[in-house]
Amino acid sequence: MAAAALDPALVAKLAFGDNDEKVAAIRAFVTQGEAEAAPLLAALANGQLQTAGERVLIVRDDGAIDALSGEKVTPLPETRDDVIANNRVRGEIANAVAALRLLAPQRALRVQAVKELETGANAAMLPLVKRALEKETDAQIRSALEMIAATIQVKSGDKAARLEAIRALAVADSPGTRSLLGSLLLKQKDGSFAEPDEEVRRVAEQSLKSVQGRLAWGERAGLLFAGVSLGSILLLAALGLAITYGLMGVINMAHGELIMIGAYATYVVQNLFRAYAPGAFDAYLLAAIPAAFIASGLVGMALERSVIRYLYGRPLETLLATWGISLMLIQAVRTLFGAQNVQVENPSWMSGGIELMANVVLPWNRIMIVGFAALVVVAVGLLLTRTRLGLFVRGVTQNRAMASCVGVPTARVDTWAFGLGSGVAGLAGCALSQVGNVGPDLGQAYIVDSFMVVVFGGVGQLAGTVVAALGLGFINKLLESWSGAVIAKIAVLVFIVLFIQKRPQGLFALKGRAVEA
Amino acid sequence: MGPIAQTVTRLYGTRGWVGIGAAALLLFVLVPVLNLVVPEGHPLHVSTFLVTLSGKIMCYAIVALAMDLIWGFAGILSLGHGLFFALGGYAMGMYLMRQIGRQGQYQSELPDFMVFLDWKELPWHWWMSDQFWWAMLLIVAVPGLLAFGFGYLAFRSRIKGVYFSIITQALTFAAMLLFFRNETGFGGNNGFTDFKRILGFDVTAPQTRVVLFAVTGATLLGALLLGRWLIASKFGRVLAAIRDAETRIMFCGYNTLHYKLFIWTLSAILCGIAGALYVPQVGIINPSEMSPANSIEIAIWVAVGGRGTLVGAIAGAGIVNAAKSVFTVVFPEYWLYFLGLLFILVTLFLPNGVVGLLKMRKRGGAA
Repeated sequence: MAAAALDPALVAKLAFGDNDEKVAAIRAFVTQGEAEAAPLLAALANGQLQTAGERVLIVRDDGAIDALSGEKVTPLPETRDDVIANNRVRGEIANAVAALRLLAPQRALRVQAVKELETGANAAMLPLVKRALEKETDAQIRSALEMIAATIQVKSGDKAARLEAIRALAVADSPGTRSLLGSLLLKQKDGSFAEPDEEVRRVAEQSLKSVQGRLAWGERAGLLFAGVSLGSILLLAALGLAITYGLMGVINMAHGELIMIGAYATYVVQNLFRAYAPGAFDAYLLAAIPAAFIASGLVGMALERSVIRYLYGRPLETLLATWGISLMLIQAVRTLFGAQNVQVENPSWMSGGIELMANVVLPWNRIMIVGFAALVVVAVGLLLTRTRLGLFVRGVTQNRAMASCVGVPTARVDTWAFGLGSGVAGLAGCALSQVGNVGPDLGQAYIVDSFMVVVFGGVGQLAGTVVAALGLGFINKLLESWSGAVIAKIAVLVFIVLFIQKRPQGLFALKGRAVEA
Repeated sequence: MGPIAQTVTRLYGTRGWVGIGAAALLLFVLVPVLNLVVPEGHPLHVSTFLVTLSGKIMCYAIVALAMDLIWGFAGILSLGHGLFFALGGYAMGMYLMRQIGRQGQYQSELPDFMVFLDWKELPWHWWMSDQFWWAMLLIVAVPGLLAFGFGYLAFRSRIKGVYFSIITQALTFAAMLLFFRNETGFGGNNGFTDFKRILGFDVTAPQTRVVLFAVTGATLLGALLLGRWLIASKFGRVLAAIRDAETRIMFCGYNTLHYKLFIWTLSAILCGIAGALYVPQVGIINPSEMSPANSIEIAIWVAVGGRGTLVGAIAGAGIVNAAKSVFTVVFPEYWLYFLGLLFILVTLFLPNGVVGLLKMRKRGGAA
């Protein structure tokens, strides 16, 4: 086999030398670009490399082969010594294996190798990287290789090479490059710069500035997306409440539990698919969406019929009774599914993400939720403005007595509207199950936030809810990047409390005279 | 009749005063004697566990009383009273932490959690925390000032009803998040615990427990009489009018802001005092006391007993918490079902609570 092409002297150094010699041997393999050395290095990392006298053996469970000739060794010599690799040697091996993989025929392997080397490149790899560059045809991998080559050459002794490398790095957009360039400009303890040459330092400064600018844009884009993502989650959670509280005036403290029921419905559908249709598992979410809507909607309608209907016009009592309902729902779910969180898996088409820049990755599940939230808002908006049910709901909201006089079945409209709001909560639960934990306490985490969104946006207004949710999501993420998550959350709550003092009717008030409820 | 005698008869009738006298006898004579003098094992012995439990429930009763003052009489439902309770508790807790002295795990002058966080000195808000009178001041001032500031802003912009409830809930939620942080300087998740002494006396000794029990009882009776006195005065009439028709009373020339703000702040201070009495008896205070769920539970105590009756609030706190103590031991998994059902049934079928039910029964019997 090709293993015969390995340099015997290097193999001996690797097997018998001390740690420094081992590292030198590994680097030499890489410099020569010996792809055949990869199994040998892997064997060393896995503790499968042994020596017997002068011979170097790779001993696996199914037998041993000679590292140089590749021939099978039978019987095994009696006295063998393990070749020990410490952590430093192991790190070196990991980089070396990655570097050797740069020449692999499979594109996926090369992409992976390039990724690993972005942080672990050393000077010994330069010839190999250059050789890979000559052969490489894929534009994406080529540019990554150029970056790696530049990263190595920044430390070279030749000033021209350094200058060229630093100029090349100016188009990079990874945080690693930023710290690399930054380190060149640092003063060392004795007062001299890490980079001795004045001109190189100037160029490095320019490159650093352009990298920083690009990274800053990436961070801004990431922040914007995080804000929109959080906003869309808040929107989904609050939209159902905007219907039941905003339009109908029912304080439903069990709203969070309706969200939780939607999430558990998703979990049940997922398990059904896994048990009965494993081939179509990726499609389970499509079935879970209506299931979550119907499950939460039915529970909501049952609540309206049995409890809430008797408390219309007594908001504080409604609040207490629905709180009681929420306690019972939580305990019921604990009894049925256990107190632990349950596992809801993303379908495969929702894992991964779009890599916008080196430091900005937009996960698919978040993107999907943003789109889903938009769809739900549009659907609810159309339902309320374009359908007969929507007309009735608005009519009953504005003037119950008059609506009843002209023949609107107000009691039934109440039930349907409450069912709709609850169903939307179920949709929120379905979406939340894709990004967070699903447990009996899921709803409790969202109830305060949901009320804040509705109150902030203005009661009785879907548009207000949308603006408030996105606004709060964005403010929250912006503050988070300055002060950390908890302080941001507190600041937002305090902000809303103060805001309500100034504008009790919320961002968007219904026009007309305020009538005391 | 002199003015004092007039006040006395206005507060309660003969039967009421006999009841209060009996309660005082029970609290200050019978229980202490049965606990301390009657030996253990004797059928009449009252265990220290029972004394502490009753003391704890009486703290809750003070909170329920405070809640009834604003909800039952002024129509303001607060979902954030747990915050004031916890603030009073934390103020007391700081003093108790300092009383531990060098007997903590790390044998340092600083409380254990600060040593754990590698802090070298007390943060600014622990100033004077080793002085008992300062703790007393904080117990009243912190909940009082917070309630005053918050109430002033809220009532001035005429926030009321459910809006107000939701905002108070957000307030206690925000405070809970704040107190969960280690950096806030109140022990983070774990809060304060492992107390050793109060005013130099051993916190776990039966004698100290009985004294705390009696002090709690005295506070409860005092709060009841104070509440009754307020309600029976002209002030109370105006409050009830605000509850029933705020716009109309404003047109009559009353500035409702002052009335609401006063009763709201008083209620918060009562909660703070209850919290301060609660902490040495229970031996722990942590941020979960501020969770919105706890504050809503206070409302159900009042609703079960009967709103707007004061005595009902005390009875409600007693009934619900006694039931809780039994349930969580005998069948813990059904407690939430029971509590949830209680919320629903009381609001649907018992709008006047247990006291209302008794009154109805009496009237029915007389007719």
